[in-house]
Amino acid sequence: MPHDHSDHPHALLPPDPALRVKALETILTRKGLIDPAALDEIIDTYQNRIGPKNGARVVARAWSDPDFKAALHEDATSVVSDLGFYGRQGEHIVVVENTPSQHNMVVCTLCSCYPWPLLGIPPGWYKSDAYRARAVREPRKVLGEFGVTLPPETSVRVWDSTAEIRYLVLPMRPEGSEGLSEKALATLVTRDSMIGTGLPRSPEGST
Amino acid sequence: MTRVHDMGGRFGDGPVMPDPEGAPIFAEDWHARALAVTLACGSLGKWNIDVSRHARECLSPKDYARFTYYEKWLAALADLLVKTGVLSEADLSGAEASELHALAAEALRADAVAGVLASGGPADRPSPIEPRFAAGQAVRTLHPAANRLVEGGHTRLPAYAQGAQGYILRLHGSHVLPDSNAHGLGEAPEPLYAVMFHADQLWAAPEHPGDEVVLDLWQSYLEPV
Repeated sequence: MPHDHSDHPHALLPPDPALRVKALETILTRKGLIDPAALDEIIDTYQNRIGPKNGARVVARAWSDPDFKAALHEDATSVVSDLGFYGRQGEHIVVVENTPSQHNMVVCTLCSCYPWPLLGIPPGWYKSDAYRARAVREPRKVLGEFGVTLPPETSVRVWDSTAEIRYLVLPMRPEGSEGLSEKALATLVTRDSMIGTGLPRSPEGST
Repeated sequence: MTRVHDMGGRFGDGPVMPDPEGAPIFAEDWHARALAVTLACGSLGKWNIDVSRHARECLSPKDYARFTYYEKWLAALADLLVKTGVLSEADLSGAEASELHALAAEALRADAVAGVLASGGPADRPSPIEPRFAAGQAVRTLHPAANRLVEGGHTRLPAYAQGAQGYILRLHGSHVLPDSNAHGLGEAPEPLYAVMFHADQLWAAPEHPGDEVVLDLWQSYLEPV
């Protein structure tokens, strides 16, 4: 190679990203540094086993059980761990509750921090430059792009995940959901409502 | 100055493009492979999460802007593997013969994946540093936002919040200090706080007078007002 790659050796790999990952995987596998079956297992975990359904269970239970909600506010990490929702990128969980006077919304302006054990791998938009750049400065315009308009009496509190604390938004329980079972309530809880860029479904709209 | 990743508050990025709730978790198969290779290599034990974040931040601004998300991960992983001596540049070029690596015994095996992902890596630690601030207290962030230990080093104080006055919301306990841990200088745990800033402390034209931004900030990022 005629030029120096010492700062950025990644330039030595093929430019096409799919070939690039394949090349790196092949090199590492040949040297015994990774086990392709372990990669399959990691992918299966985040594709099929861990996702927003976990967070929805927590929210539905908090809507149904005041003691559970109080415990969540006290120490969410241990409460969700008891439900089996602990692990990488969810070691320190804090739950923030929406009220008529305050709406919470979560971003990571510096990278892509997100509560994996509760919500899975973040969606593409959460990791986009546009969301990272704008959520802190103009959350209401960003919310508008998600179809959410808040009344002026509701203030917005944006949580920028700058440390290892992972935030889960506890949305307000939708009107008309009285008497629904926890299981039925969980179907109203969307991923975006737990990030704070959306609101839960209304019971009418969910069927 | 911070680095290219520090984009909070920046103008000009255009609209956010929400995707439907049922959209595939990995838009392309190689996205999933990139994530999995990165996580698996973490098990080799040659770096921590702060080192790997800093590796992504150290991509050139040109690469950072043109790479998609998982391209950043891949590039940073390749750079880290070389920087930590796990692979050589010749390995990356595919020029070296492939014999078993000295670290092969550390490789993450399929039957260990569930345990590793479920056990996580907590960042709270006991610390000799006593909390200096109490809930409700006014504080000011350092100006400029910068690593004070290593020039151009990793820090988690975004530039948009530098020199701003905020209020302590809560103490999270003592956590590993990324500014130190990203550079092999030890975990240096210290008190970590959620700090609330009124929007008009951060932005020339806030959208709404009642809006707030909360950041998690280490004690050494803060001064009393």
